[in-house]
Amino acid sequence: MNPFIEIITQPDNIAIVIMIIMVTFFMVWAFLQALQNDKLLAAGLPVEGENDKFVDTFKPLVRIELIIAIVVMVGLTIWSIAVDAPLEEIANPTITPNPAKAPWYFLGLQELLVYFDPWLAGVVLPSLIVVGLLAIPYIDINPKGNGYYTFAERKYAILIFSFGFFVLWLLLIVIGVFFRGPGWLWYWPWQEWDHARVVFEPTKDLTTVIGIDSRSLPGFIIGALVVGSYLIGGMMAPYYYWKKNSPELLAKLGIIRYVTIVFLFITMMSIPIKMVLRLVFLIKYIWITPWFNV
Amino acid sequence: MKSLPQITDKVKKNLIWKSIFRRDYRNTVRDRAQAVFGNVFLHLHPVQVRESAVKLRFTWGMGGITFFAFILLVITGVVLMFYYHPTIDQAYNDIKDLEFQVPFGVILRNLHRWGAHFMVIVVMIHMFRVFMTGSYKTPRQFNWGIGVFLLVFTFLLSFTGYLTPWDQLGFWAITVGTNMGAATPLLGYQGPFSEYLHITPYNDIRFALLGGAQVGGNALLRSYIWHCVALPLISIILMFVHFWRVRKDGGISKPQK
Repeated sequence: MNPFIEIITQPDNIAIVIMIIMVTFFMVWAFLQALQNDKLLAAGLPVEGENDKFVDTFKPLVRIELIIAIVVMVGLTIWSIAVDAPLEEIANPTITPNPAKAPWYFLGLQELLVYFDPWLAGVVLPSLIVVGLLAIPYIDINPKGNGYYTFAERKYAILIFSFGFFVLWLLLIVIGVFFRGPGWLWYWPWQEWDHARVVFEPTKDLTTVIGIDSRSLPGFIIGALVVGSYLIGGMMAPYYYWKKNSPELLAKLGIIRYVTIVFLFITMMSIPIKMVLRLVFLIKYIWITPWFNV
Repeated sequence: MKSLPQITDKVKKNLIWKSIFRRDYRNTVRDRAQAVFGNVFLHLHPVQVRESAVKLRFTWGMGGITFFAFILLVITGVVLMFYYHPTIDQAYNDIKDLEFQVPFGVILRNLHRWGAHFMVIVVMIHMFRVFMTGSYKTPRQFNWGIGVFLLVFTFLLSFTGYLTPWDQLGFWAITVGTNMGAATPLLGYQGPFSEYLHITPYNDIRFALLGGAQVGGNALLRSYIWHCVALPLISIILMFVHFWRVRKDGGISKPQK
């Protein structure tokens, strides 16, 4: 069978196909409604739902809840009749499957293991995702766009969230499910998985590129300077930009919100940066210390 | 022969019927309200809601669908528990029995598994909808936070359920997942700075998760108890708060300009 068909029709992967379809559908629907409301806002007209009347809960709401419950139940029943949940061989600690994949919703994090050490990819970054999500209502001080779809009134919030949600979370899951084979090597859907395949991809550290041993003291210092200047520079740059272009925004944010936003943002952006360094320039570590590597 | 209205009339005047429904429903404003706040299940809702709440285009019904999936998983999960022993000698065979011996065992397990995948998908879409409508803004900041924890607990519920069949898929998924715990800074034996706290594979955070240094019988028991008792209880409490705050914060968010 075509390996692509084989992969997407694996019972557990059907869920991912359903996810892709649902997420795409609702993404398009959300942005269409946002653009529609933006037109109304630009014309000074009330947005969808602004002049809502009240209706009885019984029955209009109860009715639609019942209909949705029936539709979902029918859908899940059909899914359960059509596809059987897989059951592999009994657990055996002596036989490691290759690849050993985490549950699908954590595959984005497992994909990060290619670019970061486990303490970052598996512990620090997931914790920061949760902290970042919790912080959103407190750091987004834009009073507009409360309770309706809009893009124009909150461009940056939506762009940053969408990048995190669709690219760093969902796209990495899809990559982990469909494009990663034995040895966590990249396989296109039309390629057969080859367990004997070895890719010789000599990765370097940042300082070795310029001829300095990354484990030597100069390498350590240069690495520290690069990481430090990314963090400090990343923390400062928006300050000077906003001070020049919109000082009132800076004043409204205050120091705590500013630090939180910028720290979360540069942490998030460190993921695509390290992905490019690793995939394009074959650079593994930027900074090697006796305790951890970045 | 009696006509249908006569029969219904007789039934509705019956002592048992009256004891259950307490009053007649006559489709008046008062009775429609009574139907909601006089019913323990429906009184989660206000008596009246804004039009947007009954239109699919605004909420997509995603929060409600998530809750429905949770109820389905509780029901199928409880039935599955009748056929399951959380020991490494029996667990795998119990799942095989579901497949070959238990009537409707296959569809029961399928519903639980696909329902779980489905719940993870819809809870993520629910979060996306709440973000896109800016519904986390004043006064709903706190409830967004509760929602973030419910999202995390949905992942954890699904994750702990992975090990229960005791097959290769679950065993290695949990091995990969909990190995991350070993990398925790300070508290995992492979994590940075853990040597200063004398952390070994036998006293680190991974050991606490697994009840051992490897995925074994203790890990199976722990994941089973987290999955069937502890995490559902915590999630239900968080759901109480989540739904309560939806009401207290003014129901489905409305445009505030």
